Amino acid sequence: MKIQTLSPLVAATEMDGRMPTERDTVVEARTVRKAYGLRPVLRDVSFTVATGQCVAVLGSNGAGKTTLLRLLATLTRPARGSISIAGYDVVRDANEVRRIVGYVGHTPLLYDELTARENLLFFARMYSVPDGESRADALLRRVGMRNRANERVATFSRGQAQRVALARGILHDPPVLLLDEPDTGLDEEAIGLLRELIAERVASGLTTLMTTHTLERGLAWSDSAVVLSGGRIVHAGPSGAMTLADLRGLYANASRSAR
Amino acid sequence: MRTFQTGWQQLWSIVGKDLRSELRARQVWVAMALFSALVMIVFYFAFDLRVENRAPVAPGALWIAFVFASVLGLGRTFAAEQEHGAMDRLLLCPVDRQVIFLAKLIGYLIFLAVVEAIAVPLFAAIYNLPILSGGLVVIVVLGTVGIATMCTLFAAVASATRAREVILPLLVFPLLIPVVIGAVRATQSLLIPVVNDPPWPGLLAAFDVIFVTLSVLFFQFVVED
Amino acid sequence: MNTLASDPAKSGQQESSKPLGKGLLDPVRRYGEYVLGGALAIGMLVSIWAAFLGTPTDAVQGDVQRIMYFHVPMALLAFFAFFVVFVASIVYLLRRDERWDWLARASAEVGVVYTTMVLICGSIWGKAYWGTWWDGEPILTTTLILWFIYVAYLLLRFYSGRTESGARNAAVLGIIGFVDVPIVHFAVTWWRGLHPTGYVLNGATPDTPASVFLALLLAMATFTLLYAFLLLQLYRLERYTTEAERLRAQVEYGDDSAS
Repeated sequence: MKIQTLSPLVAATEMDGRMPTERDTVVEARTVRKAYGLRPVLRDVSFTVATGQCVAVLGSNGAGKTTLLRLLATLTRPARGSISIAGYDVVRDANEVRRIVGYVGHTPLLYDELTARENLLFFARMYSVPDGESRADALLRRVGMRNRANERVATFSRGQAQRVALARGILHDPPVLLLDEPDTGLDEEAIGLLRELIAERVASGLTTLMTTHTLERGLAWSDSAVVLSGGRIVHAGPSGAMTLADLRGLYANASRSAR
Repeated sequence: MRTFQTGWQQLWSIVGKDLRSELRARQVWVAMALFSALVMIVFYFAFDLRVENRAPVAPGALWIAFVFASVLGLGRTFAAEQEHGAMDRLLLCPVDRQVIFLAKLIGYLIFLAVVEAIAVPLFAAIYNLPILSGGLVVIVVLGTVGIATMCTLFAAVASATRAREVILPLLVFPLLIPVVIGAVRATQSLLIPVVNDPPWPGLLAAFDVIFVTLSVLFFQFVVED
Repeated sequence: MNTLASDPAKSGQQESSKPLGKGLLDPVRRYGEYVLGGALAIGMLVSIWAAFLGTPTDAVQGDVQRIMYFHVPMALLAFFAFFVVFVASIVYLLRRDERWDWLARASAEVGVVYTTMVLICGSIWGKAYWGTWWDGEPILTTTLILWFIYVAYLLLRFYSGRTESGARNAAVLGIIGFVDVPIVHFAVTWWRGLHPTGYVLNGATPDTPASVFLALLLAMATFTLLYAFLLLQLYRLERYTTEAERLRAQVEYGDDSAS
């Protein structure tokens, strides 16, 4: 596999703390470590994300993708190292970070006994979104759940719940959106919608980080890709310069070294 | 001031959300009230209560029923959110952890209040005691606040372990002994006034203040991960 | 998106390359242990001699009063041990340094052993003096509840495994449990009406021979040494267990350990 040269978009940073110059950095992780019990999940992961990018976080199962996103969403704390989002530290200024970040996780993170609309209204109040009602209605229409807005989430299929979860993720217009396998359970139409959403965000200069197991999609939708293996970043670079064959090679390497 | 206002609104939003879900799920309200009644009846037979010993023994039965019902109800009710990972929905939001704790506590108190509103008249009827009074309401509220506070905090602690159902009562019961003593004694003194009794309702209130303060302070460490 | 060059020499690997970090009790460890052990052995022998032969038989209670020389120091040290748990828990929550967690756990273990002994010899004393194994005496009742609180503490630790969240939760219980102790004592005392019962030294009059106080002081010193000795051993056990698991994780999951 050939080593990718870094484009100006992803200006190199050194360990001595020089900041990228080409664009503003919105996410910066430095030597982040995390372990569950004694099993290391992330080992000295460092990276920066420039404002307005869409970054695909790739890697096989157990590579550390979900943990990385959970760290950025302040759902768990780094054991060592630091992460800052828009200058706010995820540990010290957790509430500021939570205001900036939207998160769509593995599970829809909705309340089953509430309707789709009630869910959005509740989260709108949590995020102090002005005009929560109209925002919730607009988003429900947007994700195509307008006609089921007043039904309980418990009655939804996985894909329907995922659509509402997407609406919840972007409810407060987060400058940084974290999507953990957002495409699971979605039909073709909803995937089109997801793609549209991400493209819109890129157009308006908002940042998105997304994990996925559909490599083609990951490469096609993102500006740059980062590949995790065994808790380490094994590759990072612009998505355009990367081919599926490269990625498959990386995955194969990873499974060989995984013993 | 603005942060206080935001926190206040978030607090009641969470409480409202919890009550709404709970009302729809309707899983345990009835079961818990029935359970409290059953505990009191078991006591009724276990102690062979007669007219003479009813007043000193009955308050014990009442409070044992409440303590058992509180611990039993926690796993299944609104606090199901404390199931590991399910709390993420709230933890994601820019809400102070203190607010989350207080909201959970208030929600659980409302839930227990409903159960007690059924159980207390039942208690008065089963034991045939002239006990329904404003004084009793105050004592039940004070005792319940203490019990619910410790239960809410340690349910979150227990949910992070392998054996949550087993460990919760082990953690909570010893800590609650002062509250149980105070509540039982205060209830007894409604039936048989005692001269020179310590001011139990005041002590209960003091215990509540201490427990709520500590829990609000330490809840953030419990839900950190 | 960009990875910072992963340079093991610069990314904080030094700590893990030295498997045994500094322990809090390291200075004591080197030579202190032998001194401590020797002093403890001598103290034990002298205390036993003093308690059984060096002091006169109690005029009222007879020989059974000699339990006091064991019961009282152990009770005081049990409370002290839980005070150490309390302090170490606070420091742990503030600093997140696992060594304070080891200390809290070690002290809780010694404290539970002491409390168990206090309860056993307390009820033997009670049987001989009051005629019942248990009579609801406030201090003894408080001690029993104390025992339950800290056994629950150890159980919580057992069921949590060696995780960070387990350590945090235990610290919370270690703090609230200790604050609860005076409240329990207060409630238990008032529960039985307001009659203070000081049976410990209630036989003490100006006529009490000085040898009684001397023997008590000696026993106090000996049980303090025993506490220190056991604490040291258990603390080291904690530390070595953690280090061993860490080394095993290094072998199992790759070169750098979880920390």
